[in-house]
Amino acid sequence: MIRMKNIKKIYGAGSAQVEAIKDISLEVERNEFLGMIGPSGSGKSTLMNIIGCLDVPTSGEYYFEGESVENFNHNQLAEIRNEKIGFIFQNFNLLPYASTFENVEIPMIFKGVKSKARRARVMELLDRVGLAHRASHKPNELSGGEMQRVAIARALANNPSLILADEPTGNLDTKSGDEILAVFESLWKQGHTLVVITHNPNISARAQRIVKLKDGMIDNNKEKKGESPLF
Amino acid sequence: MKVIFLFRLFYQELKRQKKRITLTIFALAWGTFSIVILLAFGEGLKRQMIKSTHGLGEGICIVSSGQTLKPYKGLAKGRIIMLHEEDIELLQSRVAGIELISPECDRSRNNMTYERKSLTERVIGVSPSFEELRGYYPQRGSRFINSLDLKNKKRVVFLGTELKKRLFGKEEAVGKTVLINSIPFLVIGVMMDKIQNSMYSGPDVDKAAIPFSTYQAIYGDKYLRRLIYRPKDLSQAETVKKEVYKVLSQKYEFDPSDSQALEIWDMIEQEKLMNNIFLGIEAFMGIIGGLTLIVAGVGVANIMYVSAKKRTKEIGIKMALGAKKRYVLLQFVSEALMIAFIGGALGVLLSFAIVGLFQALNLKGEVADFLAHPVISLDIMILTALILGAVGFLAGVFPARKAASAKPVEALRYE
Repeated sequence: MIRMKNIKKIYGAGSAQVEAIKDISLEVERNEFLGMIGPSGSGKSTLMNIIGCLDVPTSGEYYFEGESVENFNHNQLAEIRNEKIGFIFQNFNLLPYASTFENVEIPMIFKGVKSKARRARVMELLDRVGLAHRASHKPNELSGGEMQRVAIARALANNPSLILADEPTGNLDTKSGDEILAVFESLWKQGHTLVVITHNPNISARAQRIVKLKDGMIDNNKEKKGESPLF
Repeated sequence: MKVIFLFRLFYQELKRQKKRITLTIFALAWGTFSIVILLAFGEGLKRQMIKSTHGLGEGICIVSSGQTLKPYKGLAKGRIIMLHEEDIELLQSRVAGIELISPECDRSRNNMTYERKSLTERVIGVSPSFEELRGYYPQRGSRFINSLDLKNKKRVVFLGTELKKRLFGKEEAVGKTVLINSIPFLVIGVMMDKIQNSMYSGPDVDKAAIPFSTYQAIYGDKYLRRLIYRPKDLSQAETVKKEVYKVLSQKYEFDPSDSQALEIWDMIEQEKLMNNIFLGIEAFMGIIGGLTLIVAGVGVANIMYVSAKKRTKEIGIKMALGAKKRYVLLQFVSEALMIAFIGGALGVLLSFAIVGLFQALNLKGEVADFLAHPVISLDIMILTALILGAVGFLAGVFPARKAASAKPVEALRYE
C-alpha cells in the first residue's frame, strides 16, 4: 500500500534550515491499522503530510499503491488526495459556511460525481456516522464529536483506500473520543487502511502496529501480533 | 450544485467584506455609468449629425460645372464645362450603376405672391426623383412633383417648410394658388421639416420646387445648374463616379483625369470622413470611460487579494480534499466576475435611467438638438460588457493564481 524509503524533509534554507525528517523508511500494508506516536516536533505531522500527498519529501522514494509519487504534478496529487486518501484532522477543518451535508459532499464534487449519486452517498455516510438528522446543520451548531464524525464521513466520501488521521481525538472529551475510536475500529473491520497519529492511549492500544517517532527518525517499530481483524 | 456553491461562497465573502465590496461595486457602477453615458451622448451627437447631413441627401453625388485645368486634344486649359439637359439621358443610358438621377436649375429672385403677401424667393426646377435624392419629403396630405406633372409641364409647386410658413402662416397651403412672377401655380405639397447642415444656395426649407419641364418652359435655361444622382450600390459608388466622369469627359472632351473640369460633391465620401471623425471621438470617450473602469478594476483586484488571504485556510482544506488548482482559479475569477457584473448592471441601469430621462425631456434648440439626445446602442452595450468582463477577469485572475499556487500544507496551517 505505502512504501517509503530514506525519506528526508528539510524546511527553510541556510542557517534557518530545519530537518523535520532525517531518514525514515516505512511500509504500510493494506488493511493495516497503524498508530503513530511521538513527542511534538518529532516529525509526525510532516510524515503524515508526505503520506497524504499534501507535501513532497526533499529526498527519498515514496510509492503509493505501487506508483512513485515523486514525479506527479499537482493535478495528479490532487486526484490521489481526492480519490485514494481520506483526511481527518485534529481541528476537523470543516468549511464553516457549508452544512453537514455540503461538507460531506465536497470531495465528490471535486471528483465530478453526479448530483443524484452524491445525495445518496452523503445520506448513506451520514447514516453510518449517526448524523443523518444533522444534515442541514452548520458546523458551529454541532458538538466537537459530531464535527469529527462529519469529518470522518467526508473522508470516506470517495471510498478511499487510506484514511489518515492527525490527532483525531485531540480536541475531544473522552466520551466523544471513544465514539470516534469505535468508528475507526469499524472502518478497520470493513477493510480500510488506517494511519493515525495519536496521543490517545486508547487508540494506540487498539492499533495493530505502533510506530514511534523521535527527532525525525523511527524510534521503534512495534508489531502487535494476533490483532488482525481478520481473526 | 457547483454553481450554487460558487454563489454561496460569494455571498459569504460579501458578508465578510461588506464595506469593501460595496465601495468597489459602487466604483464599478460609476465607471460603467460614465462609459455608457459618454458613449450614449456621443452616439446621439453622431446620429443627429448624420441625420442633418442626410438633410442634403443620403449617398448622393452632386455634379456641377467646372473649369478644365489640363489641355486636352488640342483644346486649351481653362475651358468652362457646363452641363446640359440631355446629359441626364446620356448618363442614364451609359452608366448602369445609377439608381436615381435628377437635373436641377434654379433662379433666386422670383416674386412669389399669395393673396396680399409677396416675397422674393428661390425657385428650382427638378424631376420627381429629386424627392428621394434630396429628401424633399412631403408632409401628410400633400405630395411632391410626379411624372405626370413633368410630362404635362403642370404649373404646380412644392413649398419648403419655412417658405410655406412665411407665405401662408398657419393656413393650409395645399390646394391654394400662388403667383410666381405673376404666373399662377397650384400648391401640391409642403416639405416635412428637416435639419440640414450641408447646403448649396440656401437651406431647402426656403425653396420652392416646380417641375423641370415647367421651369424650362418659363425660363428656358440653356445649362443645368447641377445634376444629382445616387448609385444603386453604395459600395460601388467610386466606380460609378468614375464612369459618370468618363462619360461626361467624352461628351465635353476633357481629360478624364482632370479633377476640376466638373465639380463633384460626393456625400458618400463626406459621410465616410465624418464617420471616421466620430469613430475618433468615440474611441476617445471610450478610453476615458475605460480608464475609470480600470481604476474600479484595481479595487476588485484588491478585494480578491484580501479575500484570497483570508480564505487561505479554506483553500488548504479544499486542496486536501482534492481540489485542483483550476477549481481555485475558477472560484476567484467567478467571484471577481460576479462583482464586476453587479457593478456593471447597476451602472447600466443608471445610464438607462438617465438616457430615458433625456429622451423623455426631448429638448429642442440649436445646441440641444445635437447634445441632448443620447442613444444607447447595441454596440455600446457589447463594448461595455466586454470591458467589464475583461476588468473582472483580470482582477480575478491574478489573486486567483496567487491563491491557487499556495502549498496545501502551508495553507492548511494558516490561521
